[in-house]
Amino acid sequence: MTTTLPAYDEVVARYEPVIGLETHVELGTNTKMFCGCPTDFGGEPNTRVCPVCLGLPGALPVANKAAIEAIIRIGLALNCSIAEWCRFARKNYFYPDMPKNFQISQYDEPICVDGYLDVEVGGETVRIEIERVHLEEDTGKTLHVGGATGRIHGATESLVDYNRAGIPLVEIVTKPIPGTGALAPDVARAYVTELRDVIRTLGVSDVRMEEGSLRCDVNTSLNLPGQEWGTRTETKNVNSLRSVERAVRSEMLRQASVLDAGGRITQETRHFHEETGDTTPGRSKETATDYRYFPEPDLVPIAPDPAWVAELKAALPELPRVHRRRLQQQWGLSDLDMQSVLNAGAVELIEATVAAGTTPAAARKWWLGELSRRANESGVELADIGATPAQVAELQGLVDAGKLNDKMARAVLEGVVDGEGSPTEIMTNRGLEVVSDTGALTAAVDEAIAANPDIADKIRSGKVAAAGALVGAVMKTTRGQADAKTVRELVLERLGVQG
Amino acid sequence: MAAISREEVAHLARLSRLAVTEEELDTFAGQLDVILQAVAQVGEVAAADIPPTSHSVPLTNIFREDVVTPCLTPQEALSGAPDAEDQRFRVPRILSEDVAS
Repeated sequence: MTTTLPAYDEVVARYEPVIGLETHVELGTNTKMFCGCPTDFGGEPNTRVCPVCLGLPGALPVANKAAIEAIIRIGLALNCSIAEWCRFARKNYFYPDMPKNFQISQYDEPICVDGYLDVEVGGETVRIEIERVHLEEDTGKTLHVGGATGRIHGATESLVDYNRAGIPLVEIVTKPIPGTGALAPDVARAYVTELRDVIRTLGVSDVRMEEGSLRCDVNTSLNLPGQEWGTRTETKNVNSLRSVERAVRSEMLRQASVLDAGGRITQETRHFHEETGDTTPGRSKETATDYRYFPEPDLVPIAPDPAWVAELKAALPELPRVHRRRLQQQWGLSDLDMQSVLNAGAVELIEATVAAGTTPAAARKWWLGELSRRANESGVELADIGATPAQVAELQGLVDAGKLNDKMARAVLEGVVDGEGSPTEIMTNRGLEVVSDTGALTAAVDEAIAANPDIADKIRSGKVAAAGALVGAVMKTTRGQADAKTVRELVLERLGVQG
Repeated sequence: MAAISREEVAHLARLSRLAVTEEELDTFAGQLDVILQAVAQVGEVAAADIPPTSHSVPLTNIFREDVVTPCLTPQEALSGAPDAEDQRFRVPRILSEDVAS
């Protein structure tokens, strides 16, 4: 950690990155992949287990039809070919996160192959080629105890909960993505974002990175221009969209510093650390386990009926790209404006705010303005900022009703983000409301006129611009809680001058 | 030529976390070789018109509906475990290995 990393601009000027992404999605089926145990998140340890997912002798797995249907729909949405015939395979390894000592997965016969997903980055469409989409079962959760940190090093034993073991897991693997240059981190993030949106649209998973139902491994390598691709590393533990971007970037910087110093990159697994944004080495791939895959004898092959596949294809919902194009038209945005909405992760938020009765322009103003600024400052996703579309719509309703001016609305929004309650509650609690009682306002105006006779005379003599000073004085006495335009009109009216 | 080498047996033993002595390696390599040679006889009758077979029954698409069925109780689940703690299976630490997938 003592080495000084080169500047990003220099790195991308000298090296070309190649990235690749491996994404795991837990399906939202009612039951596990090969048994009838429920799949809900959480739950007391080992309460959602049965002889099949515990790998007890004699127990036989049977594939969940809903999971097969879900993965075919994912494959179709990602423009993949669907295999006419394929098998499950046993991936053998010795680790207690699977009680059987193997994981049922797919090996050389994935159910979906050769697809693509188009993503928008910097106003350009980048086509990400999909190598394969396959089905496997999730592992149990191990808790390492006896060590100081709860991590595996220093632990003396592991405690295992198999509630998650056997939950259907879809693995989506891209082909290597060369040629993105300095945009590699953005492309990685845009891809995972788009993939998440596609899967959410299909309704087959809740794709929540923070709950682990969407997990991402990021492969990164660097090479000199015109030369062969470099050795890649695989970064695991990347648990947010922002981390996907940071992981690629930090790995590019680290690899460049190794290469600059004349070193070589080791093919290895690295772990991403959310707090520091850097990666540390894990298992070296050179000593990687030999998984001895072979066809799973307990499950018969899958041969999706082409008519069924065609039916699923015809019934696919409107996919995010098409949906966004429609919204862009409805909202009357230019490509550039739509891109900034997309970059901010605000499409769904604005859509929901508009659905709650706000105009597209006002909804966009709040989400891309104040709220994006706050999200950037605190380093969280816009969707996790703490304000909901309903609250933003309520806030704009108060503005439209003349109860809040722009400045006050911003203050109220701060309160919403800080968890002080609904906009109306905050407005009341903080005593923020536009002084609309004309009597009080007129008194304040008269007071300002009396206190500033020189200015009042100037205005009377036609220097209407001088009214600003009186408006300022009134705003001050009403502690900013008046509508400046109304005050100005009132000042001119009291002095008998036409605006 | 032997169907399985002593080194391959040692590799398999390591993958299976079995402590095998040098003498046992010789014994097992010899025994496994006899078994593999016997099984390999199948290859002598397999012709080009016989596709590799992974399943003995000509079935495809055996699925179950996505319906929850009763689970074991944690007590039942843990009843066969060598050790348990906090309603979890307790196992010796595993070092320098990663989880699958």
